[in-house]
Amino acid sequence: MSTTQTLMSYDEAMAAFDPVLGLEVHVELNTVSKMFCGCSTTFGAEPNTQVCPVCLGLPGALPALNGDAVRAAIRIGLALNCSIADWCRFARKNYFYPDMPKNFQTSQYDEPIAFDGWTEVTVLDEEGDGDVYRIGIERAHMEEDTGKSLHVGGSTGRIHGADYSLLDYNRAGVPLIEIVTKPVEGTGARAPEVARAYVGHLREMLLALGVSDVRMEQGSLRCDVNLSLRPDPSAPLGTRSETKNVNSLRSVERAVRFEVSRQAALLSAGEKVVQETRHWHEDTGETTSGRSKEQAEDYRYFPEPDLVPIAPSREWVEELRSALPEPPAVRRGRLQEEWGFSDLEMRDTVGAGALTLVEQTVAAGSSPQAARKWWLSELARRANERGVELVDLPVSPEQVAQVQQLVDDRRVNDKLARQVLDGVLAGEGSPEQVVADRGLEVVSDDSALGAAVDRAIEANPEVAEKIRGGKQAAAGALIGAVMKEMRGQADAGRVRELILEKLS
Amino acid sequence: MATDLIRMTAADLAELLALGKATSVEITQAHLDRIAAVDDDVHAFLHVDADGALQAARESDARRAAGEAASALDGVPIAVKDVLATRGLPTTCGSRILQGWVPPYDATVVARLRAAGLPILGKTNMDEFAMGSSTEHSAFGPSRNPWDLERIPGGSGGGSSAAVAAYEAPLAIGTDTGGSIRQPAAVTGTIGVKPTYGGVSRYGLVALASSLDQAGPCTRSLLDAAMLHEVIGGHDPLDSTSIDQALPALVEATHEGSLRGVRVGVVRELGGEGYQAGVRARFDDSVALMVEAGAEVVEVSCPHFEYGLGAYYLILPSEASSNLAKFDAMRYGLRVLPDGIEAPSAEQVMTATREMGFGAEVKRRIILGTYALSSGYYDAYYGQAQKVRTLISRDFASAFEQVDVLVSPTAPTTAFKIGEKLDDPIAMYLNDIATIPANLAGVPGVSVPNGLADEDGLPSGLQILAPATADDRLYRVGAAVESLLDASWGGPLLAKAPALGGQA
Repeated sequence: MSTTQTLMSYDEAMAAFDPVLGLEVHVELNTVSKMFCGCSTTFGAEPNTQVCPVCLGLPGALPALNGDAVRAAIRIGLALNCSIADWCRFARKNYFYPDMPKNFQTSQYDEPIAFDGWTEVTVLDEEGDGDVYRIGIERAHMEEDTGKSLHVGGSTGRIHGADYSLLDYNRAGVPLIEIVTKPVEGTGARAPEVARAYVGHLREMLLALGVSDVRMEQGSLRCDVNLSLRPDPSAPLGTRSETKNVNSLRSVERAVRFEVSRQAALLSAGEKVVQETRHWHEDTGETTSGRSKEQAEDYRYFPEPDLVPIAPSREWVEELRSALPEPPAVRRGRLQEEWGFSDLEMRDTVGAGALTLVEQTVAAGSSPQAARKWWLSELARRANERGVELVDLPVSPEQVAQVQQLVDDRRVNDKLARQVLDGVLAGEGSPEQVVADRGLEVVSDDSALGAAVDRAIEANPEVAEKIRGGKQAAAGALIGAVMKEMRGQADAGRVRELILEKLS
Repeated sequence: MATDLIRMTAADLAELLALGKATSVEITQAHLDRIAAVDDDVHAFLHVDADGALQAARESDARRAAGEAASALDGVPIAVKDVLATRGLPTTCGSRILQGWVPPYDATVVARLRAAGLPILGKTNMDEFAMGSSTEHSAFGPSRNPWDLERIPGGSGGGSSAAVAAYEAPLAIGTDTGGSIRQPAAVTGTIGVKPTYGGVSRYGLVALASSLDQAGPCTRSLLDAAMLHEVIGGHDPLDSTSIDQALPALVEATHEGSLRGVRVGVVRELGGEGYQAGVRARFDDSVALMVEAGAEVVEVSCPHFEYGLGAYYLILPSEASSNLAKFDAMRYGLRVLPDGIEAPSAEQVMTATREMGFGAEVKRRIILGTYALSSGYYDAYYGQAQKVRTLISRDFASAFEQVDVLVSPTAPTTAFKIGEKLDDPIAMYLNDIATIPANLAGVPGVSVPNGLADEDGLPSGLQILAPATADDRLYRVGAAVESLLDASWGGPLLAKAPALGGQA
């Protein structure tokens, strides 16, 4: 995708315009079964193995609503301070596309289950202080996911120009919640960071609610970014673009930044921003024109006649409200106290999107400091190398806790522990499995270690003499020699003990 | 013996089976022979499953021999309208677009028939996707009325009613969206029951209009209908619109048939002008008979019924346009590659297939519905039609405060000639003028044969309507009227039908 678009520098754009954001986030729920049938929702199964007459839309098949999905939708709505509808319906969104088996999507239209809420996100400023932005929530509604198309041939990976397309209906009918913000105003130049912080915040919240895996790289959390510019905050809203499928936190920030620069260049040149959907290109960091709203389809929404209205009782809603996880700020305060983190440690943990990961690692048996160390140093580095978020790394908090346990048990040293993580991240299985397969366990057999120590003493008589003379600090040289002989697979602490024993 | 078997009611066949005086194989074979003899003329069937029916009959006989009959009707064969999914048996809905499709699953109604031990003789003809009142819109040619082979057997379920009237099956399943069970019953001199909406599962019924469709019995007696209704009815978790309560005792109701003290309302708006003289005369006779038998007959007004047809022809096409979107050649059924395009796109294949695969009436209604749901027209058409629907429900509610049941002629005319109304859709639509209100309000209705029109000697029907979930009233009142009429004729009306060519 070559750059032919005129851009204005971000700072220049911000000097001339006020940005208004809108974010639409699709969350795949982690219910056991699909929205309207009993098929499994497990990610990554063989194509078209998790299907039935209902989610394939076979003639005659009918939907039956998954109560767990409604429960999750209400809990998400409540966590976003929304009102919950007393009575609402599904609607059919009609359009033809091969990955949609019925050629309509069962969704909600003018009667969402949750509406009119808000949430607050914190963005750190240059001094490291948190600025709080309040994001209005327009609605959160339920819908079914579509199947997945793989367009083969052609250059763009889109249907136009493809030689043929493959379809996988495993995803068809997986429950989705679409969360739509009200226009987000007043961010000024912080718009890209606020957008990123909001999506990150949603992800933390959804993880805490336990309603979704929120894995952006697997598509269980997908984001559309709407952006418009206006000359100043008192002016009416400008024409917006809608950038689809921006699927990482970093990309959310970049997409906002790009659209600001693109739209500012257009407006300054006296041109108009076209109301259209735009495609996001992860590789170049650009958006390109998709389908304009003038040729947009008329979805011919009407109430879904195959489903009955949903009327959640007030008692149920209140029961769900009372069982919600604590609000983020309260939770952060509690965890900081429990963990004994300094303000700085806490801020870094939150900033890295690692709060829940650390919490889950601690819950799996790790000490808070060890958990923080793994996520914020070693794993943060690897996430950075891969250009993904911590939560997207293919390692679970439980596995991190297991690695720490291996260290605590002195079965691996720090260096080996990093190799164990390498194996886990490479998909070689659990930490125990990796240790076994790669032969990473340290040599704890004292006779083998003792022999190596004896050889090191024999090879370095001067050093040995110093230690005998009481200079324990000199032991490092001998430890190094032993570790080298053992190819790193020894517990350095135990080696030191043996050296001192033998030379005392 | 074979002729006797085919002329018996299902209840009498069930008794023979229970007494061991006939086997299901004999009964099933007798009907298969009858089909072979007369169906070239009648064309009630699109598909006959002799092997499957005989296999099921053998299994039934084995159960009976072991004293383990699955139901009272175990072993009594049945015909099923081709709009219900039957595992392993073609299901075309009378359309080319589904030619060759063999469902991998059974509709709930079909599953219940199988579980109750009824051998399925085959699938019956219908107007394409149940759109029509004559079966002339079947892509596979019309069915013919056993009373006069030059005339239509009604529609859309003309095949089911013709099969029952021609003694090709003692029982059949029909579906009724605006009269497709009751009107064919009326013009073939048979019984047809449209149950309360939600009383019989729609799972596996290929939807025409989801909020109107309802499957029900086509038979030669009210008792048979009640027995069949009890087999297929009752709650089904696979259909969200299915009513979660027990069916009333229907067979019992047929045995309680008495009209003394029953309050009967004659609907002023369903009669008079537009109704054939002979049909009116038979209706007046029926009312007089009921008065004589002790019924309290009053005239009631349902002022909004006159808007029913208009509302119906907005709601039905709207829902149908969406329900029929799934027929796109991507997954099953017909696939047409457009001429002159070397590598057609999915969209071009969809277009070519729908162009070729749907008949004119289906296209007409898809276009109507697409228009009615379009943005800018929705409120004026679909929205207004829903309001009329509410008003019609209120008309019923206030009428049922005054009376126990409502009565009217089932159809305004007797069977018309094949081809007579084919070029005049409005005239065709008007045939359902008296049956449509029940579908709009979801109330149950039955058509009972009430004599022959003087001018053409063809059967007419008496429609009886009851409040939702009070289907037992149809049977209580219908069976009383049936026995009075049968007594007056010295036997069932069908005995007056001319012999078919194939009859031995």
